[in-house]
Amino acid sequence: MVFVPHTEEERQAMLKAIGVEKMDDLFYDVPARYRYPTLGLEAPLTEMEVLEELRELSEANLNAYRTPTFLGAGIYRHWVPAVVDYVLSRGEFYTAYTPYQAEISQGTLTAIFEYQSLICDLTGMEVANASHYDGATAAAEAVIQAYNVFRGKRKKVVLAPTLHPHYREVIRTYTQGMGLEIVGDEALEKPLEEVVEMVDEQTFAFIVQTPNFFGEIEPLEGLADEVHTRGKKALLAVAVNPISLGLLKPPGEYGADIVFGDGQPLGLGLNFGGPTLGFYATKMRYVHQMAGRIVGETKDVEGKRGFVLTLTSREQHIRRHRATSNICSNQGIMTLAATVYLSALGKDGLRKVALANYHKAHYAAERIAALPGYTVVADKPFFNEFVVECPAPVAEINDFLLNEWDYEIIGGYDLSRDYPHLARHMLVAVTEMNGRDEIDDFVEALRAFADYHQVEVEA
Amino acid sequence: MTEPLIFELSIPGRKGVRLPELDVPESELPADLLRDDLPLPEVSEVDVVRHYLRLSQLNYAVDKGIYPLGSCTMKYNPKINEVAARLPGFVGIHPLQDELTVQGALYLMYHLQEQLKAISGFDAISLQPAAGAHGELTGVLIMRKYHLDRGETQRDTMLIPDSAHGTNPASTSMSGLRVVEIPSDARGNVDLEAMKAYMNERLIGIMITNPNTLGLFDENLEAICQMVHEAGGLVYGDGANMNALMGIMRPAEIGIDVMHFNLHKTFSTPHGGGGPGSGPVGVVAKLADFLPAPIVVKEVDAEEEAEEEAPLYTFYDPPKSIGRVKSFWGHFSVMIKAYTYIRMLGDEGVRRAAEYAVLNANYLLSRIRDVYPLPYDRICKHEFVVEGRFEDAPGVRALDIAKRLIDYGVHPPTNYFPLIVHEALMIEPTETESKQEVDRYADILLKIAEEAKTDPDLLHEAPHNAPVRRLDEVYAARQKILRYRRDQQ
Ligand SMILES: Cc1ncc(COP(=O)(O)O)c(C=O)c1O
Repeated sequence: MVFVPHTEEERQAMLKAIGVEKMDDLFYDVPARYRYPTLGLEAPLTEMEVLEELRELSEANLNAYRTPTFLGAGIYRHWVPAVVDYVLSRGEFYTAYTPYQAEISQGTLTAIFEYQSLICDLTGMEVANASHYDGATAAAEAVIQAYNVFRGKRKKVVLAPTLHPHYREVIRTYTQGMGLEIVGDEALEKPLEEVVEMVDEQTFAFIVQTPNFFGEIEPLEGLADEVHTRGKKALLAVAVNPISLGLLKPPGEYGADIVFGDGQPLGLGLNFGGPTLGFYATKMRYVHQMAGRIVGETKDVEGKRGFVLTLTSREQHIRRHRATSNICSNQGIMTLAATVYLSALGKDGLRKVALANYHKAHYAAERIAALPGYTVVADKPFFNEFVVECPAPVAEINDFLLNEWDYEIIGGYDLSRDYPHLARHMLVAVTEMNGRDEIDDFVEALRAFADYHQVEVEA
Repeated sequence: MTEPLIFELSIPGRKGVRLPELDVPESELPADLLRDDLPLPEVSEVDVVRHYLRLSQLNYAVDKGIYPLGSCTMKYNPKINEVAARLPGFVGIHPLQDELTVQGALYLMYHLQEQLKAISGFDAISLQPAAGAHGELTGVLIMRKYHLDRGETQRDTMLIPDSAHGTNPASTSMSGLRVVEIPSDARGNVDLEAMKAYMNERLIGIMITNPNTLGLFDENLEAICQMVHEAGGLVYGDGANMNALMGIMRPAEIGIDVMHFNLHKTFSTPHGGGGPGSGPVGVVAKLADFLPAPIVVKEVDAEEEAEEEAPLYTFYDPPKSIGRVKSFWGHFSVMIKAYTYIRMLGDEGVRRAAEYAVLNANYLLSRIRDVYPLPYDRICKHEFVVEGRFEDAPGVRALDIAKRLIDYGVHPPTNYFPLIVHEALMIEPTETESKQEVDRYADILLKIAEEAKTDPDLLHEAPHNAPVRRLDEVYAARQKILRYRRDQQ
């Protein structure tokens, strides 16, 4: 019996206590013709056997931690300090439920309170929730929050075309029944200054990302004022890479109303893209329109400090169909990872990580820009990711890097998948994990491709 | 509780984890874009370890003992799941890698889809949704789009029983649809008569939880599905309670059209103190084209030709998809755990899990039924709901009982849900608890019922033995202290 501890004698005694004869009697109410289907699952394995199978499956994948990798586009390879997984492995944390019983959940609640504080400090905002599923769903919730701030009287939202394509898509999926007008990203080449001009008095929000999907740091200076003025108090929501905030001025300082993003860089592995963490912060005056769980400080009957889930009247279990969102389970243990990560690195460490990302990306960009056939396309300063116009379609180059080069290299992201006008453009991510050797080899491989490609074209 | 916050442990100048020295030349920084201050904690690695270890010890968890939180299926989380999900070849794959380099991951996802199909009877599965509520939103959007695709644009009404979880109505209104609440009848089933008024051309469908949140199998389920189908509507199943049914009945066979699973309930993946979950959605064939993109398919041709270049398992975008509901492919590491679990159970194991979940619930009920008022007296499924109040102890509430349970070192049941039961205590022991653990819980509940009469203040003032005494929620909501502030403390 797998994970069922009962002995046969116990089973009999329990059936007797219940007052039935056999197990089947417990299912009398399941219509007989549907009862006990044959499922056809594979024969069960023991722990020893199943791990063997899983090890084989895992080894059939190319491990991006063991392979030089320049792929980012929303998920980044960062160093995860050993303490993070140590804390995450504590059964007291990971086998607990959502902290409904505050008195025996102070570990989780305190950690979430710390997390909310860290997110506020990092983003320069006043209040943060206990998480959304990921950056993309946080983007959708930002749109819904802003819509609710105007009580549904405004229907238009403007998206920067440089917002992550998945974020733009999920915003559309979430709001398909709400009758919104979603504009801004019809013309993907349109510069930000022109997109902002679409904000008008019918607009409830402008959503922008920095560093944007192409890695560029958007000029936020004055943007909030412009959005607030053009859109008569329309909200500015900013998606941000949290590692970049180790170095860059936080959106809160520029007057953003909502700051959100994907917390994957904060101590979470690649994990094929999930689970990650959607962090989310806003101004205190919007706290009642914000979705998600919130932990607040309080005291017990003896005056001792403690923490509880609070402002719950926004939520589905109280307000049902009038709730700000349907979110219930969120990314609990992922917020703990981010909290431990930010604590373990601290003030000095996060800045060093951010600096390493910045300098290594710029070193790589400089070297690639010097290659014949390649152009680095960067009109604005960038952080740890940048765009390279290549001599051939990116799919071809990546195939070369992976299969034809001396050893496997995972190249950058093929931007033509989302931006057809960027037919030969690679999005290259460089983090503290890319050693100088790795970057130099990547550059050599790109050079070799160009040479080889040149030969091909001539032949 | 005396544990300070991490911020209060901070010492200016103290450093934590070190990183390698920079091995490339420095580039110029954009001076006007840099932040002045980075107000993060300054603590050592030892500070971090001890602080979070001490915090962990303030928690109750399944690894400590019975956690019979109704509707949450807090079963044991097998440790092999954690080992499997941490294999380097799983943790180390980027979601945008070439499909040929992630065939192991795609194999696992494809076969998890197949396992869930086998268990539920559905024809297609999307693993993308992140949790139960997210699966609901996905499913409701699918229902909406199905009707729109057929040109039935007037359909806007979703029926939701009054016993439903709050996420059901919330997901429906997020989808832009109208919620109509349907009462339950005297046996705890959906009131068929009350439904009849809505069997018209405005009907989107019904969201039904079965077993429902009273822990009861709806005796009208087949009739409900038939009635809704005849009116052109669809039936949504909230699969939060699949732990009572796996191996017992396949929801698709009785007439459910779309359902979400909670891998973090039924399939033993840990709840993580609030997530991550995973809420795959299963649908019948006519809804398969609407699933969120992408899903994993097996290229039969590739296998036959055994071509090395073509991947066997690939992502596929359903043609009428509602669109993607989150970034990338879903909560992959949660999928690994659920796959591992199902792989270890097989047909017999999943059925046994459901049977013993139901056995434990009925046994616990049999032990306390004469003492705790039982509003619906039937054989229950994996959970049951009693009232946390006694005629001869008028001041005692469900909340008091819950807090007193803490003193005895066990976790309280869900309370005040479902809303249709006064002072509800919703109890779900799960199959992984032994008879002894269930008996211990029953003994404690009986003892507390005695105390309610002899010494009610013991309950009102509980907990007495916890890291903190009863916390003031009203104070928290009024003060709105939602973050640590250096300047104010
Ligand atoms: C019946 C029911 N439906 C839906 C949900 C929502 O699931 P999740 O928390 O995974 O979003 C729950 C969670 O408790 C539930 O009990």
